[in-house]
Amino acid sequence: MQPTFSSSRILQPVQPWFIFFSLAGAVVLNFLPTAHWPGVPDWVALVLCFWCIREFRRVGMGWAFVLGLLMDVADGAVLGQHCFAYVLLAYTSAALSRRILWFPLVQQALQVLPLLLATQVFQALMRLAVGADVPGWGYFIGPVVATLLWIPATFILLLPQYRPVEQDPNRPI
Amino acid sequence: MAGIDHAPPPFFKQGPAPLALLTFYIAVSLAIFVVDLRFKSLDLLRQSIALVVDPVQRVAQTPGSLVDYAASYLQGMRGLQHENNELKHAQLTTAPNLQRLAQLEAENERLRKLLSVKEREKANGQVTQILYTARDPFSRKIIVDKGQQAGIVAGQPAIDETGVVGQVTRVFPFSAEITLITDKDQVVPVQIVRSGQRSVVFGLGNGQLELRYMPANADIQIGDVLVTSGLDGIYLPGFPVARIVNIERDSAYSFARIFCVPIAGVENFGEVMVLDPRQPLPPAPPESAGRPGSSDKPGLGGKKKKTMAKGN
Repeated sequence: MQPTFSSSRILQPVQPWFIFFSLAGAVVLNFLPTAHWPGVPDWVALVLCFWCIREFRRVGMGWAFVLGLLMDVADGAVLGQHCFAYVLLAYTSAALSRRILWFPLVQQALQVLPLLLATQVFQALMRLAVGADVPGWGYFIGPVVATLLWIPATFILLLPQYRPVEQDPNRPI
Repeated sequence: MAGIDHAPPPFFKQGPAPLALLTFYIAVSLAIFVVDLRFKSLDLLRQSIALVVDPVQRVAQTPGSLVDYAASYLQGMRGLQHENNELKHAQLTTAPNLQRLAQLEAENERLRKLLSVKEREKANGQVTQILYTARDPFSRKIIVDKGQQAGIVAGQPAIDETGVVGQVTRVFPFSAEITLITDKDQVVPVQIVRSGQRSVVFGLGNGQLELRYMPANADIQIGDVLVTSGLDGIYLPGFPVARIVNIERDSAYSFARIFCVPIAGVENFGEVMVLDPRQPLPPAPPESAGRPGSSDKPGLGGKKKKTMAKGN
């Protein structure tokens, strides 16, 4: 349970409620009115990808499917569009997790980019195949921004696991 | 990655293989994608999920609406006075028509009775507030704050103070989704005011509309206004829909490409009126074979059916 394999720090085990809380937070972030701005990332895809890489035994395709269904309804999209993309994202992230975690954070971000991009591209392909409107290029900037956010996201989402094992209120820092 | 917690990973109890799970979930996703798109039979599932998602979404929209509220609150006296003057002016200019409207309607009704023509349907409806634009980047839809509880059903048209905005396509318990007329392939049957010619206008998805299947030599000019023709059983006749802005006549094609812009503020508004559904049309007479002009009638009927199917 280390941030990367080059780090010598051993992290605390993850709290299940924190995974749930972070995914719920990502859903709320997606619902914000900022979602229409170009380049705003798909927060759910980012957080889901993170947990699938970090904790692939806890967060898997079932979570991805349920979150996808939620996003489909919230977006007013065709049911199954987000489900398909998220399930595929969860599977690939879990499959690549042992490799991705080997790298330092910047290179991790580079490996995550194609996964997130594929999530958007699959959704676009599914909708365009059934005759939907072409989204602007802003739609494909989102994953790039999400990739840039990989390092801060890793820091924030691992924060609870950086707690010291023994909590001593009188301990000098 | 040492696994979960500090315990060893489960060697013997691992559940189904990831590839099997993936196949299962992908199959389910694709199945509901097709079913939702083609058969529209998953509305109950969508409504029940929306019941959970909708309150969260409304709460998430509050920061934006608070900013809007603050901006309009701080808009200043001058702006409001200006707007007030303009509104008074507009009211005065429309006053002569409005004042005689009641009398005209009564007269029209009487004349129609004399001619024993079916009475004009009255346009009633309910005003709804727009909550937010749907997040889906592939379509143009808005969500309004009245739904099944207010008696709204799919297929009802929505207008604003200048013209047609769109059509209700999905209804949730406390909200409804309106597809704008500029959405790709959203269809409105229209009539050109100047020439009386009937046609069908399609949304293009880029904020414009296109009048398709008009012959290259059709009597159409830039600036012509299109109003709903009322042939579809959904839109009442006479509501302004679009104004023609560009006509491309290319002899290589048999049809002219005619582009229009919507008259209503389709992409920017605060409130829309959802009109009550029209009374059902009388059943169509049985088709008689061999009558002249009967070849193009089924085509029109097909288009009508398509619009109605879109509404449902």
